[in-house]
Amino acid sequence: MSLETFRKETRDWLEANCPPGMRVPAKGEADICWGGRNWTFASDDQRIWLERMAERGWTVPTWPKEYGGGGLSKEEAFILKEEMKAMKARSPLDSFGIWMLGPALLKYGTEEQKREHLPKIARGEIRWCQGYSEPGAGSDLASLRTKGVLDGDEYIVNGQKVWTSYADKSDWIFALVRTEADAPKHLGISFILIDMDTPGVSTKPIKLISGKSPFCETFFDDARAKVSNVVGRPGQGWEIAKYLLSHERAGIVSDAVSGGLNPVGAAHLAGEVDEKGQIADPILRGDVARLTIDALAFEATLRRVKDEADKGEGVGAKASILKYVGTELNKRRHELNMSALGSDGLLWEGEKEEDGEAARSWLRSRANSIEGGTSEIQLNIVAKRVLELPGT
Amino acid sequence: MSFVLNDEEQMLRDSARSFLSETAPVTAFRKLRDENNADGFSRELWAAMAEMGWTGVLVEEDHGGVDLGVSAAGLLLQEMGRTLTPSPFLSTAVLAATALRVAGSEAQKSAWLPKIVAGETVIGFAVDERARHNPEHIATTAKKQGNGLVLNGTKRFVANGAAADAIIVVARNDDGAPCLVLVDCHHKGVSRTARRTVDSHLPADFTFDNVQLDGDALLDAAEDTAGAIRHVLDVGRACVAAESLGVAEQAFDVTIDYIKEREQFGVPIASFQGLQHRAAHLLSEIEMARSIVLKALRTLDETPSQAPIWAAAAKAKATAVSRFATSEGIQMFGGVGMTDEYDIGLYYKRAQAAGEFLGDDAWGAGQVAKLSGY
Repeated sequence: MSLETFRKETRDWLEANCPPGMRVPAKGEADICWGGRNWTFASDDQRIWLERMAERGWTVPTWPKEYGGGGLSKEEAFILKEEMKAMKARSPLDSFGIWMLGPALLKYGTEEQKREHLPKIARGEIRWCQGYSEPGAGSDLASLRTKGVLDGDEYIVNGQKVWTSYADKSDWIFALVRTEADAPKHLGISFILIDMDTPGVSTKPIKLISGKSPFCETFFDDARAKVSNVVGRPGQGWEIAKYLLSHERAGIVSDAVSGGLNPVGAAHLAGEVDEKGQIADPILRGDVARLTIDALAFEATLRRVKDEADKGEGVGAKASILKYVGTELNKRRHELNMSALGSDGLLWEGEKEEDGEAARSWLRSRANSIEGGTSEIQLNIVAKRVLELPGT
Repeated sequence: MSFVLNDEEQMLRDSARSFLSETAPVTAFRKLRDENNADGFSRELWAAMAEMGWTGVLVEEDHGGVDLGVSAAGLLLQEMGRTLTPSPFLSTAVLAATALRVAGSEAQKSAWLPKIVAGETVIGFAVDERARHNPEHIATTAKKQGNGLVLNGTKRFVANGAAADAIIVVARNDDGAPCLVLVDCHHKGVSRTARRTVDSHLPADFTFDNVQLDGDALLDAAEDTAGAIRHVLDVGRACVAAESLGVAEQAFDVTIDYIKEREQFGVPIASFQGLQHRAAHLLSEIEMARSIVLKALRTLDETPSQAPIWAAAAKAKATAVSRFATSEGIQMFGGVGMTDEYDIGLYYKRAQAAGEFLGDDAWGAGQVAKLSGY
């Protein structure tokens, strides 16, 4: 099928199948469909949209068909994305299974693991969370101490994870566990899939400065996991984690661009514009203009890195530059948004649904330059791998 | 739009890089400076650029050019930025050639473009009348007088003005609308004062005192002259942004080489995290500038109607990044960075001057706000 035909058929199908309620932009966290065993759909439209898209494999357009994907080429997937964007169609399903575990399983998983887990991710039946950081292992992630001791065909897992996003709402966790006690730091870690219903696994939400609790602590007390649930070889976990972190960084980066947050709109909302529609405070206007310039440069850089990757030039450590610049930019955008809103931005709760959202998302954005590797870690990576500066 | 260079562009860049590093390295620039060269550039080099076809990069084939487009012109300037090579390329082969292309009659093009391509003439482009760039501040007038024109006013810091044979002047006509007038620098009533600037370039100030010109001095073949002038300036901005980018890249490269070699406390200073993070941040900024400069150049070639915001944004970003890269360079070089012997200071000076030319980062930000409607 030619790409033009594909585009037309895609457009027709989307027109016929995307419910009206899914053609308005998601207003916030509440409008996102995460799926999972305990998922309650926000609306019939949300359920129908997920079912129809999953049926075609279009929740994960580029995954192979045998694992519940759409089997689309990169070009076709791009067209699908463009056509969805054109009709303002929401994403039918978002999840760490799609963004992170899926790519890792496709690369490192056994055939059995792929057939077991990927289709359930694609259909939104199982919701995954990521168990990486620990209280004593943040930027120095490889020093993690959650340990797995072999007992027959099972590991007995003990330890604690932290910053586990949505652990309390998730069905399974992919966790980094030290299984090879005698191996060097980076070579003793395994990547293990654990059902959250396993006895000995428990979670506790952490309240953040935004007032929300997207993160949890996750505890393992003699929790048992089958050896067959290790992805890759025992001890290969660090390699897989690094591969997966690059996908996480890409996700955080695309958030930074697609956020849609606009201090200009904020100034209008707050009534802080003059009769010509210009931001009334000239210094703020200048700050917003400089932000716009940096956002345009960042957007162009994403396109360039994509084109270079298509041409076979590795993205490699450039992902760190994107993560660093993208997240710092997003924080700046939220700061200027708050400035433009003035006192209106300080609202914590109120009559309207969106009241308090500006402040809460501003506070949430502070985490962008911490999660998925801090800005300082990204700069270390650039210094070491791109600039090849000597270590101390 | 492709964000990677095609084979032709890569070849052009590679050949420009090897040519400039052999023929016009920074030592050649120093020599011009130290001998107080009256032109501010090497005439032999200008002839060599013509021989390689660079002078015709934005000239249609009908007039002897190679017409490779704005992206190619930008690539060449980026390389010249790396070697700090002064030449009339930007003023003559970019600004004047583009002005003639978009606003010149067939007769005017035939008279001037082949000369530009042959490297036989230097033409300045005179827009600014005040210290800071502002193409709306035009007080120079070109009033009708019989079949001809009479030009009055002043222009400041016209690039390559000291060596120019002619200049294209942005003036206001009887209706107060902007127009373009091509004036011979030796014409009666034209006076010129060369200005040596901090980067050892030689622009000039011009005064026009009742300069009587023939009607054919007016470049008025464009349907929308004001739009044509904006386009010429945007092409110039994207190209000088590319030069600033080259300045930033080379300054960064020599700085990184230096901090890897320089030892204090018994180790290379590049091993200190205090410098590593600054270097990595700087590289990130240079990457951003690379992308937006390329975007602006490509947009001018492919969809010029969308170019104004990209040209302004690219100019602003390249200005800020080149000044930042060179100032960080001096700091990382330490004491020797302050000496005339080391090149980093020369890059710092050029970054300042190129940044000012056709609008600095503050000016660009103002434009972006205006063009974005806020």
